[in-house]
Amino acid sequence: MTRPISKTVNVPVADGDGERYTLKMGPQHPATHGVLRVDLELDGETIIKCSPQVGYLHRGFDKIAENRTYAQSLILTDRLDYIAAMANNVGYCVAVEKLLGISVPLRAKYIRTIVCEMSRIASHLLWLATHALDIGAMTVFLYCFREREVMLDLFEELCGARLTFSYPRIGGVRQDVTRNFIDVLQRFVAEFPTHIGEYETLIDTNRIWLKRTVGIGVLSAAEALELGLTGACLRGSGVDYDIRKHRPYDAYDLVDFEVPLGSDGDIYARYRCRMEELHQSARIIQQCIDQLPPGPIISEDAPDLVMPLQGQRKVEAGSSTYGTGLIRLLEDKGEFPVGDIYVSTEVPKGELGFYFISDGSGRPYRMHVRSPSFIHISALPALAEGSMIADLIANIGTLDVVLGECDR
Amino acid sequence: MGEVKESGVQEPALIEIADGVKKIPGINAVLGPLNMLVNWGRAGSIWPMTFGLACCAIEMMDAGASTNDLDRFGIIFRASPRQADCMIVAGTLTKKMSPVLRRVYDQMPEPRYVLAMGSCACSGGVFNSYSVTQGVDTIVPVDVYVPGCPPRPAALMQGLIKLQEKILQEQYRWSLWR
Amino acid sequence: MESMEIAEKLQDHFPGEVLEICDFHGQVGVIVKRDRIVDILRWLRDTPEIKMDHFMDLCGVDNKKRLGGNLLRFEVVYNLYSIPLRHSIRIRAQVPENDACIDTATGLWCGANWHERECYDLMGISFNGHPDMRRVLLPDDWVGYPLRKEYPLKGREEWSGLEELKHKVVELQEFGLSDGTLRTEAEQSQTKGNEKS
Repeated sequence: MTRPISKTVNVPVADGDGERYTLKMGPQHPATHGVLRVDLELDGETIIKCSPQVGYLHRGFDKIAENRTYAQSLILTDRLDYIAAMANNVGYCVAVEKLLGISVPLRAKYIRTIVCEMSRIASHLLWLATHALDIGAMTVFLYCFREREVMLDLFEELCGARLTFSYPRIGGVRQDVTRNFIDVLQRFVAEFPTHIGEYETLIDTNRIWLKRTVGIGVLSAAEALELGLTGACLRGSGVDYDIRKHRPYDAYDLVDFEVPLGSDGDIYARYRCRMEELHQSARIIQQCIDQLPPGPIISEDAPDLVMPLQGQRKVEAGSSTYGTGLIRLLEDKGEFPVGDIYVSTEVPKGELGFYFISDGSGRPYRMHVRSPSFIHISALPALAEGSMIADLIANIGTLDVVLGECDR
Repeated sequence: MGEVKESGVQEPALIEIADGVKKIPGINAVLGPLNMLVNWGRAGSIWPMTFGLACCAIEMMDAGASTNDLDRFGIIFRASPRQADCMIVAGTLTKKMSPVLRRVYDQMPEPRYVLAMGSCACSGGVFNSYSVTQGVDTIVPVDVYVPGCPPRPAALMQGLIKLQEKILQEQYRWSLWR
Repeated sequence: MESMEIAEKLQDHFPGEVLEICDFHGQVGVIVKRDRIVDILRWLRDTPEIKMDHFMDLCGVDNKKRLGGNLLRFEVVYNLYSIPLRHSIRIRAQVPENDACIDTATGLWCGANWHERECYDLMGISFNGHPDMRRVLLPDDWVGYPLRKEYPLKGREEWSGLEELKHKVVELQEFGLSDGTLRTEAEQSQTKGNEKS
């Protein structure tokens, strides 16, 4: 007697006849980019209701910052958007400088612009890698990580860390760039457009990629604006809002670059926007290298901040880190303004805003982080409801979310 | 087969491929005490569960990507706890996430190992606040701690090699059927 | 348009609502009463020469340690920006302690939804008319509002979910074969470092 190889199983096929069920995706799921949980109500494969649940990485960022001095909180900003930590550091420093009224030397501004754009490249590469991996293109992942590694090695040469840098300082940057750094970066920037071409040959006209992205997750300009989206998600819908142009910080008003805009507002448009941004980032870096002026890298306006560079800093017991010793001095000065300020910068994900209330004590009375990922995830139902469950992964990917920044 | 010695007794020249594990040349067989064979097999094919939580997850991905290829250690990331031997807890564990961590750990079959990657997973790190669990070792037993914020991919590899060493030294640790 | 000009227009239009206009480093904040906050925001959004179409940020503030003047216990801060006209303004609505609630802005910008949930979650200010007023970052059964000034950094009592989990961990200990390190309660309190803050 032969054994039956398989039994026929009658699987009920949902055909939109009201047979609904719920599916909880995450928080431990490889395609949710961290610890996002999405509660789905499904009819067959169609998403009826989608409600994202966040907070699995909530570390009490705001509360910790209230208990620390301004320089001490810098290290926390690394852990916000850990894919582009440098952009977060710069955003934080720009905000604190505006609050304390410190001006930054020109060379430091240029260096910061370079590192910001480098971190934009690193972030977009990681986004492309994981987004393509989620949709099913494994090769792109390996290609992107190859170039991303170059960026990380450069960061390591600059400040000794690969992910969490704390390289910018309030009033400047920590160390000057080396000759080798500039040379390697220059070579990288020169050949980077070729690499972008490589990724594009892999997916740009790939039929599977087009099927999965064109016409999926469409947001009109008005919708995107009302949802509070920023960054490439907003620009993919055709709204020209880039903080680097609107409220320039660092050296962005001294370099020439374009803000790529999409028109269709679908996943493909956002993908094209980010790919163009990679080109623009390379262009900005090239200009910054060409224009990099000599001079100090940390401000003279705040003499206490300069001290560590002069080699006279005394490390007190218990203040093992640079930041702690630095800000003790600042705190003793007692020259803190009373007021509140909201400063935002364009990080790879969108608009990262810091809202500070200072009561003159040397520690923020209240610090609030407006993180782009938090708002982007809140827009997920608008993208996903009514679409198929397979497109949910593409929709999460296109929003380019980092849960560390979302949950803070 | 082995060479014929002067006495005329045939002895196979075994090749030692690991501590206590010998391969018989020419045929597809290994020889050794069962304990060592099992340990050798386990250590050579650690399939970690990717429990990426925060920053360290990026370095963990990096360790698996093109530059530091983890596959050459026989380490292949599995997304399902049922197929995994080892859990790499990479990142800050918050209180809200702790029950999830324990549930995933409980789903893993024995023998199971936990590698705490990064300062936050080891001890809470810089986040000493109301919502952060101060170390994953309060929730699950940890075998290897990898310090760093975040540890470099090389440090993670070092941690995994330490775990291999630990597995190789085990004595008769058999699986419970679960 | 300059932010100050907008603030003055706002004062002309809502004379009873605006309490104070503050200027700090060129950023203008308008302290208002909470009662007509939705009307104020709608006016800022819909007036053609102001057109605040981008809802940048919303956050709650606990004024416990800086009371006085026009400030009440809580405050909800709205940061608005106009993308076509490139100007911004900050609205600071005062919320009393005994009735910590304010009308929702989700009817104007649906992106305000999660901002308001976060404010409710961490600060305990509830929003009238909000479609989904639940905690967003912390577990639903969390006790207390962490960003209030009286809440200590390390929290007061342990979250019930974690307490349950720790009991479970102790129960399951005998079934596991692992010889890894598992810190017990006593060891935890011993090794817990006191962070200087």
